[in-house]
Amino acid sequence: MYEFDWSSIPGALPFLWQGMQRTLEITAVAIVVGIVLGTVIALLRLSGNWALSNLATFYVNGFRSVPLVMVLLWFYLLVPQLISNLMGQPSMDIRLLSAFVAFALFEASYYAEIIRAGIQSVSRGQVSAGLALGMTKGQTMRLILLPQAFRRMIPLLLTQAIILFQDTSLVYVIGLAEFFGVAYNTGNRDGTLVEMLLFAGAVYFVISFSASMLVRALQAKLAS
Amino acid sequence: MVNALTIKNYFFAFFSLCVLGGSVGAFAADDLTGTLKKIRDAGSISAGHRESSIPFSYLDDKNDVIGYSQDLVMMVVDAVKKKLNLPKLQVKLIPVTSQNRIPLIQNGTIDIESGSTTNNLERQQQVAFSDTMFIIGTRLLVKKDSGIQDFPDLKGKNVVVTAGTTSERLIREMNEKKDMKMNIISAKDHGESFLTLQSGRAVAFMLDDALLAGERAKAKKPADWIIVGTPQSKEAYGMMMPKGDDQFKALVDETIAKAETSGEAAQLYQKWFESPIPPKGLNLELPLSDDMKALFQNPNDKAFQ
Amino acid sequence: MVTLAAGLDWSIFFKPAFDGSGTYFRFLIVGLEWTLLLSVLSWILAFVVGSMIGVLRTFPGKFLPALGTAYVEIFRNIPLLVQLFLWYFVLPEIVPGLGTLFKQALSPLLQQLISGVLCLGFFTAARVAEQVRSGINALGSGQRGAGLALGFNRWQVYRLILLPVAYRIIVPTLTSEFLNTIKNSAVASTIGLAELSRQSQQLGEFTAHWYEAFIAVTLLYGIINITVMIASRFIERAARLPGYVGGKG
Repeated sequence: MYEFDWSSIPGALPFLWQGMQRTLEITAVAIVVGIVLGTVIALLRLSGNWALSNLATFYVNGFRSVPLVMVLLWFYLLVPQLISNLMGQPSMDIRLLSAFVAFALFEASYYAEIIRAGIQSVSRGQVSAGLALGMTKGQTMRLILLPQAFRRMIPLLLTQAIILFQDTSLVYVIGLAEFFGVAYNTGNRDGTLVEMLLFAGAVYFVISFSASMLVRALQAKLAS
Repeated sequence: MVNALTIKNYFFAFFSLCVLGGSVGAFAADDLTGTLKKIRDAGSISAGHRESSIPFSYLDDKNDVIGYSQDLVMMVVDAVKKKLNLPKLQVKLIPVTSQNRIPLIQNGTIDIESGSTTNNLERQQQVAFSDTMFIIGTRLLVKKDSGIQDFPDLKGKNVVVTAGTTSERLIREMNEKKDMKMNIISAKDHGESFLTLQSGRAVAFMLDDALLAGERAKAKKPADWIIVGTPQSKEAYGMMMPKGDDQFKALVDETIAKAETSGEAAQLYQKWFESPIPPKGLNLELPLSDDMKALFQNPNDKAFQ
Repeated sequence: MVTLAAGLDWSIFFKPAFDGSGTYFRFLIVGLEWTLLLSVLSWILAFVVGSMIGVLRTFPGKFLPALGTAYVEIFRNIPLLVQLFLWYFVLPEIVPGLGTLFKQALSPLLQQLISGVLCLGFFTAARVAEQVRSGINALGSGQRGAGLALGFNRWQVYRLILLPVAYRIIVPTLTSEFLNTIKNSAVASTIGLAELSRQSQQLGEFTAHWYEAFIAVTLLYGIINITVMIASRFIERAARLPGYVGGKG
């Protein structure tokens, strides 16, 4: 029988918490930038302008056809290069910065698709009504379409956020110690990898499961 | 909202750094070139370190960077402070991996890297190497009762190496040339390699002997594991710096050479290889090799391959 | 970036690989083969297990659907990377007997492949299960009732009536799950499986030509993606059902 040794966990708790803060930081940046940029891309795709909508489609399909692992490795290679060209020495951990950029741009492609579908689900009649009331195209989009679309999309956007939260563990491939990285490094250092991996899995499960329950409750509330 | 605030801080830090760098640079006199000038203009030096190259450069249980190579690079930092007359020079420690250490030196994100990087001719085309800090031999870590004493005993067995290391190249060559029918597992990092060994998936782990001793220190029962085998290659570890920067390299070399001839490096050696070290207080018990003795008498920056 | 593009050296792919297996071009093709093998095997497992779990969730009663739900929740709420490490590093340690046998009797490559397939297969199964369930539910209770009235038993109703139609309805989402599986297979690089993204890292490690390695592999993923998408168009067209979502008429 395997002898479990949970002794690394108590001492590592402060670092695990720091790691979790990083995880949440990456998640939050990717959600905010991802939704803003995703909205812009979705609007470009629907803009009717041939060049812009093709550019947006290329962006979305490009990011969606490459594994996240490769996206992270790519930006880990590119970001330091860009930073030293643009601003000189970085003042923060370049792995964290690379992760911010990679996740934000990657998530934008996923959010763009959710948002596009959301906008398309609002009926055409509403647009005509807005235009008939004398609103400009931009006003109709901003005041009528987007608010309704976002209301409908909230559950999907949140579900994507939970997936994103779990995906942040992949920054392991660029050696950034977010929650999973700290757990792995601790287990590696103390020879207690089995226990630390089980612990990490349990923590992710509790957080993601609770969050998805909340989303479901919200969904039920919105539907009623 | 904590997140938005921290990001704002990062940007502010970036911005102020750029402004600061620009204004200091404008008033500086120009007797310095390359990296040293860049360090003075920025008011900071960026040193790349590893996170789990025990006992060269790794994180202890308080997440501080420690190790033999780290102690040496801090001597270099002191020398830079003295040379630039900047006692308050800011030191930025930047963790690097084997993937990005060379690109980061090349694009100037780090000024110097000190960990466990082998000086070889291939890499010399891309970066410069300092005087040698350490000389290793590539050997095997095996279980004490496994009966494996040398490389020929590995015939038909599973052997683990860390991906991207010289050992990976050597063992694959050996497998091909001598038709040894080994199954070679390449793990992502040394920790994963040792885990593969400990879990019984492989009977031997081939790597630089000093790093093997460091990995052994992490085992639940270190006494169960021994380092065996005829060294398959000798390698010289050096600090990496931007290529073609003679002024900076001269300062780094001078610092290392002085440490090695004055006995300071020998003291460091004793501290990291012959005394208990964090995190578990284990003694690596790796006596000073003849190669190392020769190096300390005659510091140089020669690569072995 | 301009200097960078000028510095690329594509001849690297015609140089012999460090492991003596041929050129680096061949080295990448080996990676491509592993990526495809891993993805296809995982997909088969995901399809079988996912269908079973999906069907379970549409059963009457409480216990069996709850079992299906528990499966889906567990596999959806733990990150893929963590699941992979649990399969590869943890399970063989804590399962007595079988774990040791797994580690010692099988070659390392086979261990990596099996862990990868089990991980990706069971992970994707949770998503396939959701599709299958929604496909069956989209059919309404009429077909089920009709089947039972015709004297079919429950197994026959599912096998002969519900599932064939449900599969045809969910073909588009199933193909996109297959694309996800291919992308997710890159995670197996972390346990040392020599698939595409792993090979690109090895190539970079040994030649220091990171950009060339990454560009080549990214293009290969793009090609796989486009190929699967074109193939799926044909399948979707062939599977389209009149009168249902995505069908004409």
